[in-house]
Amino acid sequence: MKALSQRRRHPLAAVALLLMGLMLTGGLYAVATTVNKAKADTTYSADDAHEGGKLFVANCATCHGMGASGSPDGPSLVGVGAAAVDFQVGTGRMPMQLQGPQAQQKPKQFNDEQTRQLAAYVASLGAGPAVPEEKYLDGQGDAANGGVLFRVNCAMCHNAAAAGGALTRGKFAPALAGVANSHVYEAMITGPQNMPVFNDANITPEGKRDIITFLDTIEANGSPGGADLGSLGPVSEGLFIWIAGLGVVIAFTIWLTSRTS
Amino acid sequence: MSAATESTYTPATATGRITNFVDQRVGGSGILREFGRKVFPDHWSFMFGEVALYTFVILLLSGTFLTFFFDPSMAESTYNGSYVPLKGVDMSVAMNSTLNISFDVRGGLFMRQVHHWSALLFTASIAVHMLRVFFTGAFRKPRELNWVVGGVLLILSLADGFTGYSLPDDLLSGNGLRIIQGVISSIPVIGTYISFFLFGGEFPGTAIIGRLYVLHILLVPAMILLMIAIHLFMVVVHKHTQYPGPGRNDRNVVGYPLGPVYAAKAGGFFFIIFGVIALMAAFFTINPIWNYGPYDPSPISAGTQPDWYIGWVDGALRLMPGWLLGIPLEWNIPLPWGVNTLSLNVLLPALVPAGIVFTVLFAYPWIERWVTKDDREHHVLDRPRNAPTRTAIGMAGFTFYCVLWAAASSDLIATHFHVSLNDVIYWLRALFFIGPIIAFTVTKRIALALQRKDREIALHGRETGRIVRLPHGEYQEVHAQLDDYKRYKLVGYESPEPSDGVPNGNGVVTKQERRRAMISRLFFEDRVAPATPAELEAAHAHAPVHEQIEEPERLKEVSH
Repeated sequence: MKALSQRRRHPLAAVALLLMGLMLTGGLYAVATTVNKAKADTTYSADDAHEGGKLFVANCATCHGMGASGSPDGPSLVGVGAAAVDFQVGTGRMPMQLQGPQAQQKPKQFNDEQTRQLAAYVASLGAGPAVPEEKYLDGQGDAANGGVLFRVNCAMCHNAAAAGGALTRGKFAPALAGVANSHVYEAMITGPQNMPVFNDANITPEGKRDIITFLDTIEANGSPGGADLGSLGPVSEGLFIWIAGLGVVIAFTIWLTSRTS
Repeated sequence: MSAATESTYTPATATGRITNFVDQRVGGSGILREFGRKVFPDHWSFMFGEVALYTFVILLLSGTFLTFFFDPSMAESTYNGSYVPLKGVDMSVAMNSTLNISFDVRGGLFMRQVHHWSALLFTASIAVHMLRVFFTGAFRKPRELNWVVGGVLLILSLADGFTGYSLPDDLLSGNGLRIIQGVISSIPVIGTYISFFLFGGEFPGTAIIGRLYVLHILLVPAMILLMIAIHLFMVVVHKHTQYPGPGRNDRNVVGYPLGPVYAAKAGGFFFIIFGVIALMAAFFTINPIWNYGPYDPSPISAGTQPDWYIGWVDGALRLMPGWLLGIPLEWNIPLPWGVNTLSLNVLLPALVPAGIVFTVLFAYPWIERWVTKDDREHHVLDRPRNAPTRTAIGMAGFTFYCVLWAAASSDLIATHFHVSLNDVIYWLRALFFIGPIIAFTVTKRIALALQRKDREIALHGRETGRIVRLPHGEYQEVHAQLDDYKRYKLVGYESPEPSDGVPNGNGVVTKQERRRAMISRLFFEDRVAPATPAELEAAHAHAPVHEQIEEPERLKEVSH
């Protein structure tokens, strides 16, 4: 302890303290968020639906109408199912921040329990896609088959490396790194925003599991060839060679010729 | 030679004897004497040609390594290498072997990345080198033909880049190849036949990778080597150009001799370039084919672009509307032998912008020669500001290119700047037409303004910001005069005047000559003449008071 107090005026003491503080808060936060991830079961009680109804009236009915029957500002939610609610509310897209080409992701407004209750309420209004079963979300499928399916069905909007891409008139397909497996699955079965629906006849639940496995694999593996420059393909490579590559070369040419003329 | 062979000189050391043996047979010392004394002016902007040469050497070295392991076959195979997300996926042998180079050959991925990064740097340095040559007027007599050889080298480098880009048979390059095939097919009447011959049948067929491979590693590099030899030979014959400066004129070259200083610098520079590329290859991934997966004509990835040097042609295709004012740009024309499709929405953007750029590029030395009627040799370069119209034309062309280039990344501009993809396209379409005009006007005005500033400084010196009150109450700002060397830079340039039409032998000013006179006026009518010695004399002697108050300023400068 004495050794520690002696070094308290060391120039790096503040840095060390800052580092410890950051690691502590980061660690605690990580623990807290994994606790939150405790999976909700898919059967809803009448009580859930009732509580969800109250949340809906307070937060969603302005646009989606009483009883989720829709209004000029928002579509009817009868029959969209629990999966749609879990995706839209769980990723923070709903309640929507502002009207625009498409709902943007933002910090989520409801905790998992409230999201579950909202899902229960919307599910009680009419039959629709349910929150996916845990067995399809484990990321233990066939990554290679998932890659094939991804390239055929998803890459044209989301980019082959899932780095995202542009759609018309300000809409876009987001990057998929960091998206929860359940949300990827729900997006496929509900088709949020401009995304088409990939129902179970289109891509089987096992196929969806493979796609999720593929996404998990490429995200976990990182880039084998060094910094990936955003996985955006030749444009970022071209920018890099013109700015960094030629920049360094020019610096060297100036250095080599600096002693004369 | 005969004197050398009969020489009785015997060197003392073993090295000396070997050198003497070789020298007597190949005459090396004569070559060394000649080349070692060649003088090269030193300026950083003169080194991009060297960068291109060195990256080409790196391309040959790394490319040779890759050929040891690459198999250009389009036969079907199943990937069974180390990269898990592709294990068990069907793909061509070409793709399979490229993945093996990336993941299972020791150092393979590094060499692939060295090869690809140096290809990008190769084309980029050629482009910058050409820009330097253009903007400094280094293409003027006697170097017009070498400018053309350089242009051919640029086209060859694009060809070699594109053929190489297609070899791995991955999804990205396959889509690029599909676009090229579309462009070829859009050529009226013969397009489909060319496509059939090139691909050995229907796209993609099973022949194209092997054919591109032969072009990529044999024919195109051989042509590049030949052109480099001609290019360098002409550089030696013409001698190098130099920037204007005191003591430099069209009859001399001021700089360092090749040996030993410049040879050492150039040799070291090769290793610097190699080092920069090796660092990039080690830390930054390029062309991650494992992300794109094997080629299959059905899927496509968002953000599919060609490498940067083909981007502008891709951009032109993206900008072109399929319908114009309610009229479709694709027509089916009934002809005696059947219906032919004329697909202008592909043909025009693919060929016209590239056609304009390369035509102007190759013809420009002769255009300027015709306008100025200047038949003298030029070895001293122009500062870009001292040729305002040429600089403006160059910037207009550069802007034209950059608009198309930006259009190739329209989707990424949209996502990364949070704007609508449609708006990006509309704006770039507008800029395609007005961008070059704006660039021309703005550049010309900036160049003229810089020339006026130079003239002002040459005549009246630099403002020092020091205000002096004279005994009779007048305030004056002290101007510091430039030294003679700096002043030379500001006044020692050529400024052609607009020339009127000259009558021919029959005393007639022909129509063509009148046209030439008109363009000559466009080039030079608003010229800023360099300060003449008489003007300098007058400006520096105009006020004795001025001289007096400058005295302490000069003394001050000397004292520290």
